Amino acid sequence: MTDPYPVANIQPVNVLCMIDVQQITKRYGDRTAIERVSFSVSNGEVLAFLGPNGAGKTTTMRILTGFMPATEGTATVDGFDCFAQPMEVKRRIGYLPETPPVYQELTVTEYLTFTGRLKHMPAAALRQRLPLVIEQTSLGDVRHRLIGNLSRGYRQRVGLAQALLHDPPVLILDEPTTGLDPKQIIEIRQLIKSLAGSHTIILSTHILPEATAVCQRVVIINEGRIVAVDTPEHLSARLRRSETISLTVKNPPPDFADKLRGLPGVVSVFSQATSRAWLVDCALGHDLRDELARVVVTNGWGLQELTTISMTLEDVFLRLTQHDAPEVQA
Amino acid sequence: MTAAQAIARRELRSAFTSPIIYVVAAVFVLIFGMLSYIAVVNASAQSIRLMQIQGMAANINLNDLVFRPTFYSAAIILLLVLPLLTMRVFSEERKLRTFELLMTSPVSISEIVAGKFAAVLLIYLSMLALTGVVPVVLAVFNSFDWAPVFTGYLGLLLMGALFLAVGLFASAMTENQIVAAFLSFGLLLLVWLLGAMGSILGDTPAGNAIAYLSFIEHYDRLVRGLIDTKDLVYYVSGIVFMLFLTHRVVDSQRWA
Repeated sequence: MTDPYPVANIQPVNVLCMIDVQQITKRYGDRTAIERVSFSVSNGEVLAFLGPNGAGKTTTMRILTGFMPATEGTATVDGFDCFAQPMEVKRRIGYLPETPPVYQELTVTEYLTFTGRLKHMPAAALRQRLPLVIEQTSLGDVRHRLIGNLSRGYRQRVGLAQALLHDPPVLILDEPTTGLDPKQIIEIRQLIKSLAGSHTIILSTHILPEATAVCQRVVIINEGRIVAVDTPEHLSARLRRSETISLTVKNPPPDFADKLRGLPGVVSVFSQATSRAWLVDCALGHDLRDELARVVVTNGWGLQELTTISMTLEDVFLRLTQHDAPEVQA
Repeated sequence: MTAAQAIARRELRSAFTSPIIYVVAAVFVLIFGMLSYIAVVNASAQSIRLMQIQGMAANINLNDLVFRPTFYSAAIILLLVLPLLTMRVFSEERKLRTFELLMTSPVSISEIVAGKFAAVLLIYLSMLALTGVVPVVLAVFNSFDWAPVFTGYLGLLLMGALFLAVGLFASAMTENQIVAAFLSFGLLLLVWLLGAMGSILGDTPAGNAIAYLSFIEHYDRLVRGLIDTKDLVYYVSGIVFMLFLTHRVVDSQRWA
């Protein structure tokens, strides 16, 4: 994707580290939204923020975009401080907020023209970029319709088009695929992938396959703290090293979990709310299938099912965001 | 096109797609017309009476009998009508989250405030222009001195601009348009009544200072055809001060 008009003539100054966040904390009164969050994103990298609702993803993004300052800590984009030099930072960022910031009474073209002017795009550059971005986000059919009459998915794409319009080196996308249908989700993921390399992208999501599909690195954030930073592959591999066995028993005694915990090599035992299966975590290198089967059968508890589970990213995510989860450091 | 111009244009575009502006302008122009009609009828009744007493055609002064009462009443209508024009300016952006776009674009808060103020001022100017029909029609039937009419319009313009600045401030304070409208209405009424408060305190420094803050005295001189730098300074500094407060409010919200 070559652009004959280098819109704002913004070339990254710092080639290695595009976004650097050091120990930022944000408090709203007594409530701490994020606490001592640190990470950095290198130029051209795609980073996913993964976390349950209210984990602090949006807060972190808002601080990066200069929308609000952090209570403590520093954040820089392309070497410019998000608090001290907000104009320089804002010039370099295309931001899609959680709620697409669209004016319902404008048509798609009018809206994008307005946002282009807000971003100081010269008229010629705007004429050049507008059709391109409309095509990238498949908005061609609705370009002259009022945004107020468009569906959620279209509004989301209008918001995305707005973020891409001035071709910023950094894209910050807060849940870019919400409200889209599966076909559109694939299109947008393709688009994000095609922008990777030439753009530094941070996106937040709670859809895990999305993180695996488009991102090189995942930051898992929970209750305002970073729980893990790694590639999707490493994250699941790291936790897969401990074996988990799913065990279904017909007549478990009341102290079943404690009995199992007493066995050598068992790390923890969870009961699952959704099914009658028990999850038994085993220490590294211990294959407890024989032992578990023997204990259940000799006690006459009625063995129904016994399988090993390998963890998906979904499990990793749930594990890491649970209170008693072991902390994984990057 | 600068960012402030883009914001002003967008603001106008949105305003003219909303029914509020049409209702507000229609009500304002209709009531302005009715007030001047009533003033004209009163003036003719008075002239007939004068003729009966003096037995000759009295020279009716339209400036005193028609324009001055109309301008005074128009000020009260502005107090009621202009808060409706400004109530959505910031509130709606915050409610619909479009404010996040403005605040994350490379645009300063001053540009945002300037663009929005320019937009509402233009709308108000076009409303005032519509009322221009009244003096034009009257000029066809009678002659009068145009100068006090122009200064009266200048007074309306300056006072209206100050009301709009107060309205922007109120709109920046809240996400709720009704609260914004009521807040600006309350603030305007409060400042209006400062004139009466000042007269209670009498001719003391405190009394004079409080009376100076009221819109009315400054407006009165302009309507009577007097252009005093003091009054112009009052309105312009008031507008600048309110816009500055708006700027501070918008800025402070980032820290919430």
